[in-house]
Amino acid sequence: MLNRVVVTGLGVVSPIGNDLSTFWDSLLAGKSGVGPVTHFDLDSFPTPFTTRIAAEVKNFDPLPFIDKKEVRKMDIFIQYAIAAAKMAIADAKLDLEKEDLDEVGVYIGSGIGGMNTIESNARLLQERGPKRVSPFFIPMLIANMASGQVSIQTGAKGPNSASVTACSSGTHSIGEAFRILQRGEASVMITGGTEATVTPLSFAGFCSAHAMSTRNDDPQRASRPFDKERDGFVMGEGSGILVLETLEHALARGANIIAEMVGYGMTADAHHLTAPAPEGEGARRSMIRAMKDANLEPTEVDYINAHGTSTDLNDKFETMAIKGAFGNHAYKLAVSSTKSMTGHLLGAAGGVEAIVLAKTIQDQVIPATINYEFPDPECDLDYVPNEARRANVRVALSNSLGFGGHNATIVMKAFEEV
Amino acid sequence: MAADTLDRVKQIIVERLDVEAEEVTLEAGIKEDLGADSLDVVDLIMELEDEFKLTIEEEDAEKINTVGDIVNYISAKVS
Repeated sequence: MLNRVVVTGLGVVSPIGNDLSTFWDSLLAGKSGVGPVTHFDLDSFPTPFTTRIAAEVKNFDPLPFIDKKEVRKMDIFIQYAIAAAKMAIADAKLDLEKEDLDEVGVYIGSGIGGMNTIESNARLLQERGPKRVSPFFIPMLIANMASGQVSIQTGAKGPNSASVTACSSGTHSIGEAFRILQRGEASVMITGGTEATVTPLSFAGFCSAHAMSTRNDDPQRASRPFDKERDGFVMGEGSGILVLETLEHALARGANIIAEMVGYGMTADAHHLTAPAPEGEGARRSMIRAMKDANLEPTEVDYINAHGTSTDLNDKFETMAIKGAFGNHAYKLAVSSTKSMTGHLLGAAGGVEAIVLAKTIQDQVIPATINYEFPDPECDLDYVPNEARRANVRVALSNSLGFGGHNATIVMKAFEEV
Repeated sequence: MAADTLDRVKQIIVERLDVEAEEVTLEAGIKEDLGADSLDVVDLIMELEDEFKLTIEEEDAEKINTVGDIVNYISAKVS
């Protein structure tokens, strides 16, 4: 018999707020976090960047969460994760001093890891030689170090790992943490995703791949998932972390239960490096697996937080995938992409969007897809255009689809005692 | 010269190791008293090399245990 698993704490650092309530209020207000790139000087390179906008985290201060001496030894993607993890633990009112720390695990994914660190040390290597590369270089950049550092910072000694699956890293991490709890290998998991890649080199790479929006003169309207005029994703950054625990553990400590996590599915496209499989067949199978895992019929699903990147192919194929998985019910359920406001947080997207699922179920309100102006005949579902909507949401899904053809889906449900 | 060197070394150690200036005495052990680990020591040596525009050879770096060792080493090299 598998354990039931519940969500009891949420923490977030995002382009639309560096704490849960600011983030959620911004989402419901339909606020965009996109603006001109400020993290580096776009004009200090021999040729121009085609994309000049991003959804950056603003005014992030690590010092309330991390010792000054340690901050220097952490890439910013690790700092975001520690801040979000500590906020999630506080939100869960989880007193780690009272916990059996061998039963508390961490599973935090990052798609890329310490890109800032790689770039600055590569420059030092070229300009000043190998002896100037920091002794902290490797432990700052490796993508597993968010999980490693969160365990060091919190004392969590249970199962600890990280998924590195591009834009599905966060969702895979949460799914794997869910499995660990189901199987009883831990009582509590601190899990989600983190990313910080608004850097020259990653920007150049995504520009060359023609993946990002070039709506540089109208940044706040650049991320427009499912809209006919969409022209690519807008890069975001930040971290979304959840505290998951077994129902038994949550009840025993009198925790506030936000939602129940009930399903997880994953598949591969086995198709192409970056392009999704035709008709979103990999994403379709991922959703079907997740519903099967949750023991739910498609007609029971009320809301899908879509991967919805605002690229031509993703949004078209994800729409087809939803129709393939849900049949006629695809037209009855609500679909939205909060990336219209947060931008695409890559490996952190699944973490942040799992928080959206939990909050949607808790507050019974669905955040909108903003910037929805021109209907695309190929994208003909109910995308909750432009205005957040009150609705009965009992069951909700979140999709993450990553380069490499990784597809992952999680399912949450309103908590009922039975 | 030595007093000035001590001040500059002190400032770097305070900043890098996040310790109080009063703790950084000539006798203070960099690992034992000031809490540095082996990576911190490498980092500190790199910073000192930059600050004083010199190269600290690996075999010399291994002999450095206290703040006084650093000040003496730098004073000898710079003079």
